[in-house]
Amino acid sequence: MPGSIPASATVDELARPAERPGGWLRVVLEFIRQRPLGAIGAAIILVMVFLAAGAGWLAPYDPLETDYAAMLAAPSPDHWLGTDAFGRDVLSRIIYGSRTALMVGLGASLLGATFGSLIGVASAYFGGRVDLIVQRLMDVLFAFPVIILALAVVAVLGTGAGNVILAIAAPMVPRCARVVRASALAVREMPYVEAARASGFGHQRIILRHMLPNVMAPILIMATAFLGEAILLEASLSFLGLGVQEPIAAWGLMLRGAAVQFAESAPWMAIFPGVAISLGVFGFNLFGDSLRDALDPRLRTQ
Amino acid sequence: MKGCTRFIALVAAALLWLPAQAQTPRSGGELVFPVPSEPPSYDGHREETFGLIHPIAPFYNTLLRTDPNDKSGTKPYPSIAESWTTSSDGKTYTFKIRRGVKFHDGSDLTSKDVKATYDKIVFPQAGVGSSRKGQYADVASIDAPDATTVVFRLKEPSGSFISSLLSPYNFIYKADILAKDPHWYEKNIMGTGPFTFVEHVKGSHVVGKKNPNYWDKGKPYLDTFRAVFMRDSAAQVAAIRGERAHAQFRGFSPAERDSIVNTLGNKVTVQEAPWDCILLVAINHEKKPFDDKRVRRALTLALDRHTGSKALSKIAIVKEVAGVQVPGTPFATPPEELNKLAGYWTDIEKSRAEAKKLLKEAGVPEGFQFTFLNRGIPMPYEPLGVWLIDQWRRVGLNVTQQVIEPAAYYGPLRKGDFQVAMDFQCGYIVEPDLDMYKFLSTDRNHANYGRYTDRVLDELYDKQSRETDPEKRKAIVRQFEKRLLEEEAHYLMTLQWHRIIPHSAKMKGWTVTPSHYLNQTLDTVWLDQ
Amino acid sequence: MGTYILKRLLAMIPTLLGVAVLIFVLLRIVPGDVVEARYLAQGSQFVSQDLMNQERAKLGLDKPLWQQFTSWMAGLARLDFGVSMWTGGEISEEIKLRFALSLQLAIMASTIATLLAIPLGILAAVKQDTWVDYAVRIFSIAGLATPSFWLGILMILTMLIVFKWIPPMMFTPFWVDPWLNLQQLIWPALAVGYRYSAVGTRMMRSAMLEVLREDYIRTARAKGLWLKLILTRHALKNAILPVLTIISLEFAFLLGGLVVTEQVFNLNGLGMLFVEAIARRDYTMTQALVMLVATVFLLVNFFVDIAYAWLDPRIRYR
Repeated sequence: MPGSIPASATVDELARPAERPGGWLRVVLEFIRQRPLGAIGAAIILVMVFLAAGAGWLAPYDPLETDYAAMLAAPSPDHWLGTDAFGRDVLSRIIYGSRTALMVGLGASLLGATFGSLIGVASAYFGGRVDLIVQRLMDVLFAFPVIILALAVVAVLGTGAGNVILAIAAPMVPRCARVVRASALAVREMPYVEAARASGFGHQRIILRHMLPNVMAPILIMATAFLGEAILLEASLSFLGLGVQEPIAAWGLMLRGAAVQFAESAPWMAIFPGVAISLGVFGFNLFGDSLRDALDPRLRTQ
Repeated sequence: MKGCTRFIALVAAALLWLPAQAQTPRSGGELVFPVPSEPPSYDGHREETFGLIHPIAPFYNTLLRTDPNDKSGTKPYPSIAESWTTSSDGKTYTFKIRRGVKFHDGSDLTSKDVKATYDKIVFPQAGVGSSRKGQYADVASIDAPDATTVVFRLKEPSGSFISSLLSPYNFIYKADILAKDPHWYEKNIMGTGPFTFVEHVKGSHVVGKKNPNYWDKGKPYLDTFRAVFMRDSAAQVAAIRGERAHAQFRGFSPAERDSIVNTLGNKVTVQEAPWDCILLVAINHEKKPFDDKRVRRALTLALDRHTGSKALSKIAIVKEVAGVQVPGTPFATPPEELNKLAGYWTDIEKSRAEAKKLLKEAGVPEGFQFTFLNRGIPMPYEPLGVWLIDQWRRVGLNVTQQVIEPAAYYGPLRKGDFQVAMDFQCGYIVEPDLDMYKFLSTDRNHANYGRYTDRVLDELYDKQSRETDPEKRKAIVRQFEKRLLEEEAHYLMTLQWHRIIPHSAKMKGWTVTPSHYLNQTLDTVWLDQ
Repeated sequence: MGTYILKRLLAMIPTLLGVAVLIFVLLRIVPGDVVEARYLAQGSQFVSQDLMNQERAKLGLDKPLWQQFTSWMAGLARLDFGVSMWTGGEISEEIKLRFALSLQLAIMASTIATLLAIPLGILAAVKQDTWVDYAVRIFSIAGLATPSFWLGILMILTMLIVFKWIPPMMFTPFWVDPWLNLQQLIWPALAVGYRYSAVGTRMMRSAMLEVLREDYIRTARAKGLWLKLILTRHALKNAILPVLTIISLEFAFLLGGLVVTEQVFNLNGLGMLFVEAIARRDYTMTQALVMLVATVFLLVNFFVDIAYAWLDPRIRYR
């Protein structure tokens, strides 16, 4: 493969990263064998996705259905994980909660990673003054603690799922931009980028088709790490009462109020949603960790 | 025979004497209590928060107070004023000021100080804030003809003027200080109260110690008190459970009470009362379809208040099913009558069927969607929000909740930027004038977010306000209630808050009332062994 | 070296200015203000618009925005943080006590994080891809994944039920009673430190893995001498530097960012002050806190940069 460049090769083709031989299945199996931790992470993620997608038929009860005769009921054959302060089934709310977690997590992560990467790549590409100004702007955002920035965005926009996604994406943008910019700086010096500029391609095309694909590795790693953090941040915001609102089923929301108040007499309300959050974030982090190991050539075991 | 009688007399005397001994207040000790919020300033005339009353009220006296042994918190009782008389036309109130009252700096209190204080409250100078000025709009003048007399002249007779003087916020200040600097009391403390100021460490605590020259001889019983600022209710509960604090005077949730009682058993006494706070549902009459009273009636008919009372009282600080007055107080409507009003029927199936019928008549489709605005405070706004949405769901209304944080809450309410919203009302004393003022037409009371005009209601309010005969006044209050809640359903009552005060059994001499602002001068409180 | 230091210091100024503008603007966009928060919060019927406008004028909120901004900036230049809009008290006074607590917590948490990260990271690197490696990675990622407030709730529950322990009511500063003080702060420090050690462990592991790849180390390993060599040679020093960098960068955020932890453990720290100040729309307090945290963050960055430059002269001449 390396060494021979067909005469008809276009700049676009040359800029595409080298493809792996053998197809996807082999890659997956090798991944599981070499990185069991990552495989566990991936499995957890798949379970979450499955729960979220199939919530309708998997959940035994409607997550909004109250039952004032069965408030704060302990786990039983009727309610496997017990009921909450309104008699709502905890298991059903956890299953539907995975939907909220994934929606918010994916939404925020995608938004943050997309904007962050674009800014990082563009900044590296244009260099000079633009780079300096953008760097300063990112520095300013960086200097806010993550939760304070999220709080500020919520204060301006209000609570609710959509605004929460924006609030969580906000602190992620500068972090992503910084990491991607570092990789993009290296890519900028690559010969095919020089060739593209010499060929007269527009800035937009070069950024989107030549530079971005080649920084995919760090973006992917960031995105998976973000997803975990996004789920955690959503839980924190909901816990503070600034995120998704009742009566929507969301894990962080389930840990608020009655769960803490009745923690001693009805611990199932506090334990299970916390386990769900931890497992979810754990899965994304494990997977992201192994992904980083796999994609970072310096760390491969020889 | 004679010896026998004497013996019986002795035994009887002994038996009577022993319990009396047990109830004699014991002097000494430090009362420790957590306070959930810290006061922004020390000026009672300006502030609205109980976070001021709990740590600072013990340093001051008011002109009148409520009877500390009265559970309804409505009976006037002498304080700085020994007694008072009312003129026959009901427009002049004359108060006799007690002699021998000294400020903590040693100077004597005279009627001049009372006049200066009330001038500041009722006729504040430019730049001086007085939050309750509006309550005294009827006052024409305040005079101090001699050192022990203060005279209030009103423009119109009023059934509630004495009640308005019971406000725990009306700290009596020193006239000379006010003359020099009317803002002095915002940052400083100097009163006539049972305790003198020792220290306030910001973010931590306030300490007061016994005033040896207090005019009420023998009181206070405590040596010192320590008010500790603790935002987190779990920490407050822990402090009481660990017997490091004696009481928290605002109130705990049912779960918190249960955890304290389970830990301390009979070392704790629980006092409970209905609370003069209630969450209301404000309906914006300017937004369709809520201008139609059938829709508003449907909203109230959908609520199963009786089951809600039983269920929610287990998880939230609400309980009693109430109309416009706190149940158990002089002007409250008894349950048999209250249950006849729309939304209070004991047959909920019938009530909901009626609601659905009304919605259909008004042209509201099944599954109609609207947004309910709620205030971002956990207790009891959240559980009540969940309950309301759940109840409305059962008559086919699809409601989403939009929660707005407290600092920004009144913006959309005042602008009318909402359909249905949670509103609330808290009074420092149960009194129809105070509790029903909210529901006057919006052009009279801007804090009525319902945006409606109802002259019949306004007239009923004015009529009861001028009525000095309690029985006649009660009848008018009932008419007001019926029109507000049933005929027009302008505003909806949810459930009355419920005050739960579990405190150390050692703390005696404190009686719970519906108001968390009353009875906090701590002069009657004592600590048993 | 001198010019490098000067350059880095000057670079801080535009960033600080940017932070100042951003927080100033953000706060004014947010609906509601301190006067509303104060007077409407209790639902009083009788508060008039006049009273509220009067209060606004007293706080200077009716002046044009640019004027409010410049007077704030002028105050900052004199290191005068101003006065809280909620209490009217000096902001430096209000912050002092809470700063001491947050600082101590941040130091304790960072120390715990470092003490956990370094040995665990080395262990995981040396035993790469064995079950030891997996165990360490699971342990540290579990720390990242567990929400700190949930961990806090579980901790307090366990202490209450199992040990019958109750958190102390008032904060005792370290210099008043060190033992009582440590009792109060050790649990949140553990909860937070455990979480932040994960980032450090990961960094330590990667850095160590790189070091282990060097030829001289591989030769030594083959000969069986590697452990002593690693621990005594510059190898360790090179690996530790990035870890310390990460932990010191996180330190700045531990000052103001522990909002939920402080709430759960009832600590009167900067995080709670932040939340209260935002909730009350206390502009001056919020602005002061943000500037404080941002400055600490930039200063830490600055010192780390200087340390790197001192150790590696090549960087200075960029």
